[in-house]
Amino acid sequence: MSDQGNRLGRLLSWDAAVVLVTVLVLIVASGAVENFGTSRNFTFLLLDLLPIALVALPMTFIIVTGEIDLSVASTLGLTSAVMGSLWDAGLSIETIIPLCIVLGAVLGALNGFFVTMLKLPSLAVTIGTLALYRGLAFVVLGDGAVADFPRDYTSWVTGTIGDGPVPNVLLPLVVVALVFGVVLHATPVGRGVFAAGAGEQAARFAGIRTGRLKFWLYVVSGAVAGLAGVLWTLRYSSARADNGFGLELAVVAAVLLGGVSIFGGKGTLPGVLAGVVLLASLQNALRLQDVSNEALNIVTGVLLIVSVLLPNVVTSARTALRRRSRATAPVSPER
Amino acid sequence: MTATKEAPVTRDPAVHSGRSWTASVFKARESGIVLALIVLVAFTATQNSRFLSGQSIRDILLGTAILAVLAVGQAVVMITRNIDLSVGSVLGLSAFAVGTLMKDHPGLPVLVAVLVGFAVGAVCGLLNGALVRFGQVPALVVTLGTLYAYRGVSYFWAGGQQINADKLPASFLDFGTASVLGVPWLVLIALLVLVVAGIVLRSYPAGRELYAMGSSPQAAQLAGIRVGRNTIAAFLVSGALAGLAGVLFAARFGTVDAAAGTGYELNVVAAAVVGGVAVFGGSGSVWGAGLGALLLTVIGSALAVLDINQFWQQAIVGALILLAIGADRLVAVRVAKALKKRDSHV
Repeated sequence: MSDQGNRLGRLLSWDAAVVLVTVLVLIVASGAVENFGTSRNFTFLLLDLLPIALVALPMTFIIVTGEIDLSVASTLGLTSAVMGSLWDAGLSIETIIPLCIVLGAVLGALNGFFVTMLKLPSLAVTIGTLALYRGLAFVVLGDGAVADFPRDYTSWVTGTIGDGPVPNVLLPLVVVALVFGVVLHATPVGRGVFAAGAGEQAARFAGIRTGRLKFWLYVVSGAVAGLAGVLWTLRYSSARADNGFGLELAVVAAVLLGGVSIFGGKGTLPGVLAGVVLLASLQNALRLQDVSNEALNIVTGVLLIVSVLLPNVVTSARTALRRRSRATAPVSPER
Repeated sequence: MTATKEAPVTRDPAVHSGRSWTASVFKARESGIVLALIVLVAFTATQNSRFLSGQSIRDILLGTAILAVLAVGQAVVMITRNIDLSVGSVLGLSAFAVGTLMKDHPGLPVLVAVLVGFAVGAVCGLLNGALVRFGQVPALVVTLGTLYAYRGVSYFWAGGQQINADKLPASFLDFGTASVLGVPWLVLIALLVLVVAGIVLRSYPAGRELYAMGSSPQAAQLAGIRVGRNTIAAFLVSGALAGLAGVLFAARFGTVDAAAGTGYELNVVAAAVVGGVAVFGGSGSVWGAGLGALLLTVIGSALAVLDINQFWQQAIVGALILLAIGADRLVAVRVAKALKKRDSHV
């Protein structure tokens, strides 16, 4: 916790370790799992990973500031449900898509309002909106589905560039990820995000308007979740209220797996993207082995716990070693 | 003005001036819920007399019993400034374990089922507590992880199979429906849990320590409270009660599959929060949590009777959570202001 160099070293090694494990999983799975290495599966893997990666980008910012947004999957579901009912009502898809992204932003703004204006804990607020938004999604669309979206759009989302394995939608994702990466790691806004997470009071004294910053992070998070809802709906040609159910777990797991500290102030976007790829490839490989979706939750849940546990275990092991080598004070009593 | 300045001030009254302050604040909160309940029941009853029929009241009480047992455990954890999101999954795992046991050994007494459910839940809770305490990891993340992990174990174990009422021994199913002097067993058990937890939290040092921990973990530690051990104990209680709720669930419905209790965690957190248990720890009572459970169950039942789309229920749960934490903040700010005013006059 204390020295900056040590923390930096740990961070770099964590990122490197995640990338290494990801590469290992990819190699082993290609060899051991039938159909994993095919270009067709590669396309599916990237399509599956897309919503997680997309939502993980703003989530990284929010967790770095020391807050959390558990409502993203419900925002995705509500956007999808609204998209379906607007399409049923006869609006054009060109009108619906921007409306849905605006809707996501409004839902995010509501989170931001509760967290920053009323100063309520983000955990409790977003558990509340997790239930509220999912409930509203069912109110809007019930448990039915709307399916007849225009072919041009659905086939573009599921299609690939040329005849290769790379999906069309990967291009915008890369652009968006680059923008988020540059903002987080090379602009005053990004420095403000890290400062707010490292010490809110100090950040405020340094002239960073942390409240306003967090509010806009929630707006962006909602808008991106709305976009993810649109893409999800088009990919499966199906607007449903339960779309994306439970996705918040995968997103939070991927972000923490990518080396972002749940306590805020620490993390990198490349690390998070590596975490997303690791999570998605593990799930993909297991699914090809006929492991059920529900059983996959064990993997995601355990990964989530391990990724927050491991840094702490490593730190305390190091501290213990150092203490022993100095052979001074005895081990501290129970904390 | 700032949040950081506000938070310690608002927590202080509960600690310093003892029971009288907390009592008056939360009496107000609990009387608010009672009022809401009365209005809701009266309105629904005027719309449809079926609402106050014996069967309907019985259903509400049985539903409340299960939710209240879970909410008591959640209140204990939340008072220590933690949260247990895994309760729905623990309920499912325990219900399936007990269902399987009773199906395979129909001769076993019901008490054994109850103890096994307790034990399954306690093991899950112990794991949560140990991860939070030794991993120094926020309870939110740990229990979000175990929420999915425990559910995954249920699916792994159960696969697609379902335990049906006709495979369960009659004694076990009777336990879910039988009553003493008109009060169902399940309700009696929930009341017992409420009373015991209420007394321990209010009047025993162990209970007071949990409040102290939630108000200020550092201060509690300096005061010699064994924060780590108490944290594990709180999660153990929550897990064990979720396990007990699993037994009640299996006995009441008679049908258990791997998905039993999915999504319950939201209702449980909502019941506790609506009942005045602060998410930031240090205040609230199990009575409030029990009342919150009753309110949520009555809302669900009223929606059905009033022929309102059941999908509204989840949205209402969410809105209630937001309303309750907003109200809690409002009360806290008021108390802080009142204290400041009083201090300046002295």
